[in-house]
Amino acid sequence: MIEVRELSKVYRRAGREIRALDGVDLTVRQGEVFGVVGQSGAGKSTLVRCVNLLERPTGGTVRLDGQVVTDLPPAELRRQRRRVGMVFQQFNLFDSRTVAGNVGYPLEIAGVGRRERARRVGDLLELVGLDERARAFPAELSGGQKQRVGIARALAADPAVLLSDEATSALDPETTTSILRLLRDLNQRLGLTILLITHEMGVVKEICDSVALLRAGRVVESGPIGELVARPDSVLARDLLPAPPGRPAREDRLVVDVTVTPAAADGPVLATLVRRFDVDVEVVGGSLETVGGQRVGRLQLELPGAGGHAEALAYLERAGLRPVVVTS
Amino acid sequence: MTDWTTLRPVLWEATVETLYMVAVSTVFTLLVGLPLGVLLYATARGRLLAAPALHRVLGAVVNVGRSLPFIILLVAVVPVTRAIVGTTIGATAAVVPLTIGAIPFFARLVEAGLREVDRGKVDAALAVGSTDWQVLSRVLVPEALPALVAGLTVTVVALISYSAMAGAVGGGGLGDLAIRYGYQRFQTDVTVVTVVLLVAIVQVLQFAGDALARRLSHR
Repeated sequence: MIEVRELSKVYRRAGREIRALDGVDLTVRQGEVFGVVGQSGAGKSTLVRCVNLLERPTGGTVRLDGQVVTDLPPAELRRQRRRVGMVFQQFNLFDSRTVAGNVGYPLEIAGVGRRERARRVGDLLELVGLDERARAFPAELSGGQKQRVGIARALAADPAVLLSDEATSALDPETTTSILRLLRDLNQRLGLTILLITHEMGVVKEICDSVALLRAGRVVESGPIGELVARPDSVLARDLLPAPPGRPAREDRLVVDVTVTPAAADGPVLATLVRRFDVDVEVVGGSLETVGGQRVGRLQLELPGAGGHAEALAYLERAGLRPVVVTS
Repeated sequence: MTDWTTLRPVLWEATVETLYMVAVSTVFTLLVGLPLGVLLYATARGRLLAAPALHRVLGAVVNVGRSLPFIILLVAVVPVTRAIVGTTIGATAAVVPLTIGAIPFFARLVEAGLREVDRGKVDAALAVGSTDWQVLSRVLVPEALPALVAGLTVTVVALISYSAMAGAVGGGGLGDLAIRYGYQRFQTDVTVVTVVLLVAIVQVLQFAGDALARRLSHR
């Protein structure tokens, strides 16, 4: 759906070059919720702004549905932008327009007639749960309501893709959850592809199917979330599913982290381990998280003796638990 | 002693002349100053129609207009006035220098008002496929409307004080009256009355302008 290849963006400020994006590759599949995480200054905002061409990239290409959009003439570009909705951290609503006027704006400039517009605006407001506030002005709304208006406005032109630039970062945790639920719901009901950027891992855990980590303008890691969390060497996985705090390491014990995913082998793996290899396995720590709609756990095990257990570890590996020996 | 019975119609006529000069100048100032202000805003670096060279030229022209003392401008545009109105005497003739003086003033206020509109709103409008014209006419100007009304109020008030000056050089109006009766004939009470009238007009306009700006603001 969205293919970003070798995307780069260089700003010139006071004679200095700032490389905001440095060869970014990204593929967002149709119908998925794709998260881009990274610290502020990592280039996340620049990336989404390059996708709907609010910024012109310095190099590389962006394809939407197979079509290269990075070199379109202005009129084509505007048509293309209607296929991509965008929501913003600061909502960016028009204060001089009512809720209905904000949501109707994209239809108005697309030349949709008054009656048809009123009908569509009504539907959109119902979709985001704000049909009661159609005649209110943005200043009369709460943050969460404002973002619902922002989302309805972004969806007005019936886009195939929704871009979200830190859409929940200005909201309190409860409101964040309700907005994320709305996005998830829209994704599932309308088959809307969503590319969202955030600095909050919680957002990724809550709704993303895939995730990419951006650092200093480069994609450090990316992939479907289920695969990432199962990879113990993944930087993202460590953030998504922090290693459980274990006991202080002891020289006469072998400490092993294992990851439990639905993809791992069924059956009583640990019990089998104990019986077959005759080791006294002790669970010393663990955490369980719902990531991308899947229950994923990480357990810390202790085995007696400082070394050995090669066969036991091989068994865990075969069972899909991805054992990692913790060294201190 | 001042003869108020003969003076009253003169005062009334002068007031109407002042209001006429200010009203007509305001219309032309709005017609030219608003687009000029929008252009000043939009051609600046990093804005919608970024054209730094044009922006610098417009800025320089506006600055010259703003820095010229009005009394100098009044004399300097006499040939222009004659070419447009056919005479340099009277309230209609005064409209030309008043308008020329007020346009750069108002244009700067328009530019400042537009700059106050958050860039994010422009992004939001562009992101749904607006043309530059649509961003300007349907988002930027409506969003800045309270500031534009406030700017226009300030401009009208400035026009009233300019009109008194224009009156002094043959434009008519309350300023002219104050000079002829109050200054040249030493009728200080006439000066006081004209000043009171001017103050009252300014108060009413400022109040109306503030009320309108408040009504238009939904923030």
